[in-house]
Amino acid sequence: MESLINLGSRTLGKASALGRAFLMLMGAIVARPQPLKNTPLVINQIYVVGVQSLLIILVSGLFIGMVMGLQGYTILVSYGAEGSLGPMVALSLLRELGPVVTALLFAGRAGSALTAEIGLMKATEQLSSLEMMAVDPLRRIVAPRFWAGMISMPLLAIIFSAVGILGGHLVGVDWLGVDSGTYWSVMQATVDFDKDIMNGVIKSILFAMVCTWIAIFKGYDAIPTSEGISKATTQTVVYSSLAVLGLDFVLTALMFGIE
Amino acid sequence: MGNLVEIDNLTFYRGERVIYDNISLTIEKGKTTAIMGPSGIGKTTLLRLIGGQLRPDSGDIRFKGESIPAMNRRTLFKARRQMSMLFQSGALFTDMTVFDNVAFPLREHTKLSEDLIRTMVLMKLQAVGLRGAADLMPSELSGGMARRAALARAISLDPDLIMYDEPFAGQDPISMGVLVKLIKGLNDALNLTSVVVTHDVTEVMTIADYIYILAEQRIIGEGTPEQIRQSESPLVQQFLQGQADGPVPFHFPAQSLENALLGGA
Ligand SMILES: Nc1ncnc2c1ncn2[C@@H]1O[C@H](COP(=O)(O)OP(=O)(O)O)[C@@H](O)[C@H]1O
Ligand SMILES: [Mg+2]
Repeated sequence: MESLINLGSRTLGKASALGRAFLMLMGAIVARPQPLKNTPLVINQIYVVGVQSLLIILVSGLFIGMVMGLQGYTILVSYGAEGSLGPMVALSLLRELGPVVTALLFAGRAGSALTAEIGLMKATEQLSSLEMMAVDPLRRIVAPRFWAGMISMPLLAIIFSAVGILGGHLVGVDWLGVDSGTYWSVMQATVDFDKDIMNGVIKSILFAMVCTWIAIFKGYDAIPTSEGISKATTQTVVYSSLAVLGLDFVLTALMFGIE
Repeated sequence: MGNLVEIDNLTFYRGERVIYDNISLTIEKGKTTAIMGPSGIGKTTLLRLIGGQLRPDSGDIRFKGESIPAMNRRTLFKARRQMSMLFQSGALFTDMTVFDNVAFPLREHTKLSEDLIRTMVLMKLQAVGLRGAADLMPSELSGGMARRAALARAISLDPDLIMYDEPFAGQDPISMGVLVKLIKGLNDALNLTSVVVTHDVTEVMTIADYIYILAEQRIIGEGTPEQIRQSESPLVQQFLQGQADGPVPFHFPAQSLENALLGGA
């Protein structure tokens, strides 16, 4: 009985959190947008969440591409199919690894920072202070960060894939001796713009929405104490990662699974 | 002169807990009203109720005769431009300089030119003695300076009502004296109405025109500083003299110690 009550109240708690998250997002992006005033704020935030994540994206993309070049080569060469290394690297990156790994890195690098920043603003009464100055914190603080995440992450995912393809080239062609012309031309012949590139971009737009939404909501809804903020920051990374991986399976099934 | 804020039969709950049980008070225009009471009694809550950030469970709060809880978002935001609140932590925006912090309300709510804004900001900073600190970041300020910078921001739109949440908490004696002087001086110079929430008895006695003392979900004493000092209420006297035990018990309600030690439920 006790556990049943517990389960019920937890479910209610989650449901009401979901409701609050929804209301927050609506309040931030649907009601009363002010493009003129917001654009500089969004650009500023793109710098914070996007540009500052660039280095980790570049380095990770390069290494993942190199690993794929190495693994792909050793597997393909035993079938004499090392000419297919290019499409193998490119398709894995564009369809899966680019959007997914970028989202995971984004959650760790930018999402956690967003949660901590907004949570601290709440704890230090900056959000209340805005409200008392008749400035809506949803519009002033939350909305620009949301749009910055939505714009940055798909771009980061494309950069990730591009660098990864170069990393694959570095190992497969420059080191292991696959023919460079083959690497590129087979890739070009195989990769389909709509099916592969666009689907990857759609994935990363959805991941961007989920990750940024979780990050700003966790900060906005954090209990304004040090424990509250540290818990919210951890939850941002955990929830975003799980949501991205789960959503990725669903999207893959929809996009590539059923022919 | 009339009342700027009127609170009628206000009741407010936090969950199951009663914070205010049917209290009424008024804040007279042009005066400095102090609201005193022990920590956790709900002083900040009262300011948030006046500012419309919280809604009362029953009763009414009127600002310039208009009911705050009945306002929609637009009219509430309009009313808020005429009041400002100095939060306990100062609540300066940590990603902006002191100058930009003070300029923030002006840039948000007016269409003044940057030149004019600059003049106004420097005047406000001059008033709190921080013109030289305009280009510093909030993290570079001492506690007392941060509070003064926040004060400059709070008066940048020339509000009618300014609410101070524990302005003296955690200040050294010198910055405390500075703040006391500033609050009094600004109230007179700018024709403000001030509400000072605090538990520092001596400071507030020197600047307040009228004092309310809160305890046990209600107002236990009110009057001018002189009347309060001479109050015969034991509750008021316990608070003024800072006695640990008295009508306000030292112990949080609990079962008796014997029972607890003997493991009785
Ligand atoms: N957001 C909140 N949720 C629930 N309870 C709160 C919240 N904020 C304050 N309280 C409770 O309300 C009571 C009054 O708080 P507050 O107004 O901050 O007191 P004061 O300013 O007099 O120290 C406190 O006991 C506090 O625990
Ligand atoms: Mg307080």
